Amino acid sequence: MEILLNGTRVAVQPGQTIMQAADSAGVHVPRLCNYPQLKPSGACRLCVVQVKGARGLVAACTTPVAEGMEIETDSPTVADARRDVLDLLVSNHPLDCFHCEACGDCALQDYAYQYGIKEGSYDGARRQVEVDDRNPFFRIDYEKCVLCGICVRMCDEVMGYGAIDFAGRGFTTLVSTPYGVSLDDSACVFCGNCVQGCPVGALVPKSQVGAARAWEMKKVRSVCPYCGVGCAIDVHVKGNRIIKIEGAESPANHTMTCVKGRFGWEFVHHEDRLLKPLVRRADAPRGAVGREWFEEATWDEALAAAAAGIARVRDGVGPDAVAGLSSAKASNEENYLFQKLLRAAVGTNNVDHCARL
Amino acid sequence: MTNSLDEIADANTILIIGSNTTESHPVASLRVKEAVRRGANLIVIDPRPIEVAEAATHWLQPLPGTNVAVLQGMMNHILTTDLWNMEFVDSRTEGFAEFVASLDGRTPEWAASVSGVDAGLIRAAAEAYATAERSTILYAMGVTQHSTGTDGVLTLANLAMLTGQIGRPGTGVNPLRGQNNVQGSSDMGALYDTLPGYRKVNDAAARTALAQAWGVADLPAQPGAAASELPDRIMAGEIRALYLMGENIALTDPDANHTRKALTRLEFLVVQDLFLTETAAFADVILPACSWAEKEGTFTNTERRVQRFYQALEPLGESRPDWQIIVELSARLGYPMPCASPQAIMAEIAATVPQYGGIAYERLGEAGLQWPCPTPDHPGTPILHREKFARGLGRFSAVTFRPSAELPDAEFPFVFTTGRSLYHYHSGSMTRRARPLAEHRPDAYAEMDPATGSAMGLQDGDLIRVTSRRGEVTVPVRLVPGTGSKVIFMPFHFREASANLLTNTVLDPVARIPELKVCAVRVEVAQA
Ligand code: SF4
Ligand code: SF4
Ligand code: SF4
Repeated sequence: MEILLNGTRVAVQPGQTIMQAADSAGVHVPRLCNYPQLKPSGACRLCVVQVKGARGLVAACTTPVAEGMEIETDSPTVADARRDVLDLLVSNHPLDCFHCEACGDCALQDYAYQYGIKEGSYDGARRQVEVDDRNPFFRIDYEKCVLCGICVRMCDEVMGYGAIDFAGRGFTTLVSTPYGVSLDDSACVFCGNCVQGCPVGALVPKSQVGAARAWEMKKVRSVCPYCGVGCAIDVHVKGNRIIKIEGAESPANHTMTCVKGRFGWEFVHHEDRLLKPLVRRADAPRGAVGREWFEEATWDEALAAAAAGIARVRDGVGPDAVAGLSSAKASNEENYLFQKLLRAAVGTNNVDHCARL
Repeated sequence: MTNSLDEIADANTILIIGSNTTESHPVASLRVKEAVRRGANLIVIDPRPIEVAEAATHWLQPLPGTNVAVLQGMMNHILTTDLWNMEFVDSRTEGFAEFVASLDGRTPEWAASVSGVDAGLIRAAAEAYATAERSTILYAMGVTQHSTGTDGVLTLANLAMLTGQIGRPGTGVNPLRGQNNVQGSSDMGALYDTLPGYRKVNDAAARTALAQAWGVADLPAQPGAAASELPDRIMAGEIRALYLMGENIALTDPDANHTRKALTRLEFLVVQDLFLTETAAFADVILPACSWAEKEGTFTNTERRVQRFYQALEPLGESRPDWQIIVELSARLGYPMPCASPQAIMAEIAATVPQYGGIAYERLGEAGLQWPCPTPDHPGTPILHREKFARGLGRFSAVTFRPSAELPDAEFPFVFTTGRSLYHYHSGSMTRRARPLAEHRPDAYAEMDPATGSAMGLQDGDLIRVTSRRGEVTVPVRLVPGTGSKVIFMPFHFREASANLLTNTVLDPVARIPELKVCAVRVEVAQA
């Protein structure tokens, strides 16, 4: 099947929406309320496009393609309609991008820039809401909310908790927990998938607040270190510190994570981290337990001591008097080397990992 | 898993057994929810009132330790009502007659009398599983951490073969692995009885091939000691030196007091870890390893998907990646390993492990590859056992139900069972050092049925002392409706109230997994 997209012939799949077809053709249609894993809602009206023969503009996220359809995604009419939508949103949005965590990574900011909206032309009252800092995971600032509904649909459609919903009408509409209680006291399980989906700075991980601008962070692809689902993640780093973790696209998780994968990384920087090798003090009594019986050593000293201890038993008693436990958290490469060390360098099958526990 | 995570969403019936899916494998549970929204049946066999149980169309709440009986009752019903898949059984399996004989008398009523589950519910669940176009089984430690864990797994395989619910999309017998690379550790042969690629250590041909690849004369042919056997072997003086890479056995072993005693008996202990764990405190040498964020490599997830992770940080302090430490140590043991990088190690793995033959860093991309992937142009294998089983015909196992090793009695009247909570993980050495998680769920707790609790005059947060034949812990109680009047549950992440001071070390005879899910305890009100 073929359509004419901004004057170019493009092959499309039947059943695709205009937005999906444009995405695969590399044409970006602006959007606020669309998220790949959620059903399209058509709420934000930013994705309107012109379709030859159609009355008025149509929403690209909900309109399916048809054979021979002629589509303009950025005609002057379309651009005017988008400007109206953006103007309304910006008029009711705090323009404090200087110190917004989303600055540089904000769909509203990007589109306002693209369509030349400097400030809103409506000067009615602007929504004013207190920042909600009550849960330990993310900060909620509904003053910045554009009511795209991604968080609400994420919690309902994907997570199945429905911890939050729209409350109120018209100008006073807000996202809220039932009775406005803290998420701590709601059905929320702090997966943070809503935070990742939020296109603006309304939902922000606390670890990011005041820590890094979007353009200062490098994003490194990784895999969650917790359970066996193996969710793909992007680790956001500034100056050798993790700032936040987000879900990445993989067949394992399709950008979703749970609370551990997204918010469970601070152990990496914890003050308890061992930063130097330790060797038991010569005067430590046999079986004495605890930090006080250790002193710091160089790697050379520690490795020599470790090898000497293992070799003494291997050579003195026999290879089967040595055993090793590998780790179900270490990589494939490390597990492979570990068992190779026990089997080839020591000569025993006394190797296992704690899969069973 | 025999099948892939995404297929769960397309199943018509999902049978979850011994898996607290929403808390232990939250992102896998999203597929379960998706299927249920589309109208799938959800059968949950679990003693605790967990979230998936509450969402289930059929919740079977057996006494801990009676999974096998419930499944046998289901299979007995499937046989007597002719809901089994004759074509599949005839063409794909063997051992059917002995299997059928083993179900003699294992009626739903018998299963009900053993497990406490209503016989009608057992029948309904059997029908929902057997008659659906696509039925899938998800299971976790609630099946395996029993002295009869192997029987549990074999019984699940029996059920899938009996109904032909395997080898097709949306079906299968699917273990949800607990730790992020349990699958990979096993694939790589970090096991006492198998070499990399699941070849037995007594397989002479496999040993010769590996010995040649590794440049040694021969490899040991006798199976070694399983992790769960180490404490006893150490106490017997057979094992004198231990090298631990990131395992905190002083907290995660059952009957942890026994393990701690064994650690003091060692002649030499090397611990390689991020933290000075409860276990590291016993060591002679502690080697500081760096976290996953400070190195690169691959993990293999529960659906056999090999995925790359990249280095995000420079190693903190003087810590080093585990692989570098192993290479250094090996050289000092007189066996230099010629491995310059994780990528080079993967090349060696591809050359020596048949299932990983086609795995190479440059092929992995964002989606990774699912093994078996034997050759460089193989696309990977999302579904196992499609045309035939790995061994040819699928073998039915005749299983006899055995009760748990330690059952409640007059002195220890409650069944004690352990598990995970959503916000913490394993020994807690990672999650309890992640501030938001620790803040949100700081404390240990034990769950108890409100009726039982109030009969003892307890309220939420009151301290109780839980005692087994091996130890005792004092912990605040949470009264959770539906827990079951004879059941006490505790998560095992908390060092100040370590559930594993109570648990039983008795092992499954085949898998050598300890019975962490069932022991007998008594409960008393403790003074604050
Ligand atoms: S964090 Fe997860 S559970 Fe909580 S509101 Fe957001 S989507 Fe819902
Ligand atoms: S909080 Fe964010 S995701 Fe939720 S409705 Fe507002 S803008 Fe959209
Ligand atoms: S993010 Fe959660 S579900 Fe995903 S791998 Fe990590 S722990 Fe498992």
